[in-house]
Amino acid sequence: MAEVPKKLTIPAEEYMCSGHLACQGCGAALAMRYALKALGPNTVYTVPACCWSVIDGPFPYTTLGVPLFHIAFEAAAASACGLSAGLEMMGKKDVNVVAWAGDGGTADIGIQALSGAAERNDNILYICYDNEAYMNTGVQRSSSTPWGAWTTTTPARHFKTRPKKNLVDIMVAHQIPYVATAAMAFPEDLVAKVAKAKGIEGTKYIQILASCPPGWRMAPEYAVKSVRLAVNTRLWPLLEVDHGVYTINRKPRKYTPVAGYVKLQGRFAHLTDEQVQEMQGMVDRNWDRLLFLEKSTHEMAGIPLEAEKAAAPKDKGPAAGGG
Amino acid sequence: MKQVVTGNHTVSHAARMARAQVVSAYPITPQTQVVEKISEFVADGVMDAKFIKVESEHSAMVACIGASAAGARAFTATSAQGLALMHEVLHWAANARLPVVLANINRAMGPPWTIWTDQIDSLSQRDTGWMQFYAESNQDIFDSILISFKVAEQVLLPAMVVLEAFFLSHTAEPVDFPEQEEVDRFLPPRVATHTVDPAHPAAFGGLTGPDHYYELKYMEHNAMLEAKEVIKRAAQEYGDLTGRYYDMADPYRCDDAETVLVVSGGVASTAKDAVDEARAAGKKLGSLKMWTFRPFPGEEVRELLLGKKKVAVVDRNISFGQEGIFCTEIKASLYGQKGAPPVVGFVAGLGGRDIKVADLLAMAEAAQKDDCPEFNWHGVKP
Repeated sequence: MAEVPKKLTIPAEEYMCSGHLACQGCGAALAMRYALKALGPNTVYTVPACCWSVIDGPFPYTTLGVPLFHIAFEAAAASACGLSAGLEMMGKKDVNVVAWAGDGGTADIGIQALSGAAERNDNILYICYDNEAYMNTGVQRSSSTPWGAWTTTTPARHFKTRPKKNLVDIMVAHQIPYVATAAMAFPEDLVAKVAKAKGIEGTKYIQILASCPPGWRMAPEYAVKSVRLAVNTRLWPLLEVDHGVYTINRKPRKYTPVAGYVKLQGRFAHLTDEQVQEMQGMVDRNWDRLLFLEKSTHEMAGIPLEAEKAAAPKDKGPAAGGG
Repeated sequence: MKQVVTGNHTVSHAARMARAQVVSAYPITPQTQVVEKISEFVADGVMDAKFIKVESEHSAMVACIGASAAGARAFTATSAQGLALMHEVLHWAANARLPVVLANINRAMGPPWTIWTDQIDSLSQRDTGWMQFYAESNQDIFDSILISFKVAEQVLLPAMVVLEAFFLSHTAEPVDFPEQEEVDRFLPPRVATHTVDPAHPAAFGGLTGPDHYYELKYMEHNAMLEAKEVIKRAAQEYGDLTGRYYDMADPYRCDDAETVLVVSGGVASTAKDAVDEARAAGKKLGSLKMWTFRPFPGEEVRELLLGKKKVAVVDRNISFGQEGIFCTEIKASLYGQKGAPPVVGFVAGLGGRDIKVADLLAMAEAAQKDDCPEFNWHGVKP
């Protein structure tokens, strides 16, 4: 499992320059910045239609210090496979080929190509920055939109009544070497996971929760706070699945109700207290399910489960530069 | 060296001898044998390539786009529904100016389900920015693939080599394969510029506004026009190497012909027999095989057809509500020209119905009549 470092070890090098076109408080911009720090310069990105098709800047500008290949909406994974094969045939064997896609391009229109790549175990790193709706087109619901949320296609009086698609377990079912979740409010964990993934041969999948202040209907200064709450309320557990073995990387010692997370965001403003309780039930059941998976997969693999104390997180406070 | 091989396996051999470095494909009848053979070549190590066995034709084309963007020589093959599924990213390959080569085995579009041939699948891709070569024989298939790689890598546009389902794909014919060193001389390794390379960071295909997009299209169009000369030079060089010369518009006994049948694909072969038969009966019939559809050889068409008494275009395709697609293109090439002959169109052989010598002779006969309608369905059952 990824070692969460004891002190701040995020590389100082920047591979993303200022002048990008993200909204104020964009979680996806921070996620990119941290991921690049872990990846370094020997990296190429392929990006389907998503916020990042715009954030990088219009022709002839780019905000990344590594190549960025734009591709069609459903095509992130397949283009990464093609780039990976092509680069290898051109004698460039150690390049990190990263598919960088939003949740719509991953869980909806791009899931077929992603599933194909994962089944073949092609040597790519697929990173989904998950802001839980089609934010670039103006906040339409995706299959990654959580239960209860308002979007422009699930108006408050008809809010989304189906749960967020569990893409993490779908990817685990492909038996790829590495699946992880991360959150842009926990940069050490994020950087450690991307760094670990780049050293693994085969298909790696990381889903990063990335806040979207306009889409989540909240002030930009809550960008980091909201995502910290998502993790600390156990709504978005930080976990990794290394060759099928589940590890929850952060187990909040204090039980924090999901209501605090919900109250921060206008997209949940219409929910009644009963409905927030319903959401709490989903969060609790999922947490129990993950604890069970962690315990059982460790047992099956004959790996002792680290004491909760040892796994307890050390990082404090919101991410530097966030919000 | 001559070998008797099917059209499909000819495609596989062409990809191997062209030294395609990345092949990505998805099975569809009647294309499957192409990729089966290539997978054997790659597994046996006789072809130094990566074969990405994708989950759809869309991903097949996308993987080729990725590989080509990295600088590799990329190849795929498909048919009908598969080509239609690729449609979005056919545009992407062309607009990204990537020299991917694709073999399309012409198969009619469903529903109803069909596996037999017509050209609607490939001709529906007319405006994607792909070059299109229509093969008459298995030898044609092989030669066209090598030539199209060379041209594509020079003008930076992708190319499609088209062959008919079963009439070519599953029919074995003798094919004269050049030696590998001859092929290598004709088609050296791709020299790619502007590749996706960490040593030269850049963004590819980013958001482009009205200030620049328009000029990119102008450049793409000019590349397609430039392709005409590049094809001629490549075909000449290939001919000098192999003795087999190709023309974008290839006439057969046209010099003194009064009526000319315009044909494409394997029908061109049948048309030669029809012409010979008509000539034996004292009729002045000729035929014109369209080897390339994009770029369209308008100048050659004018040179060959102006002054003829009648032109009959045989289309194994239909643009619903209009006419056969080659027919429209031929008419457009002749429009307003002095000595332009009347052009009549015949749709024939959709969904794999055979087009025999007798059919072509009947169409030629009908075309010669003064009252022949401008547009005709040949052989529709009552």
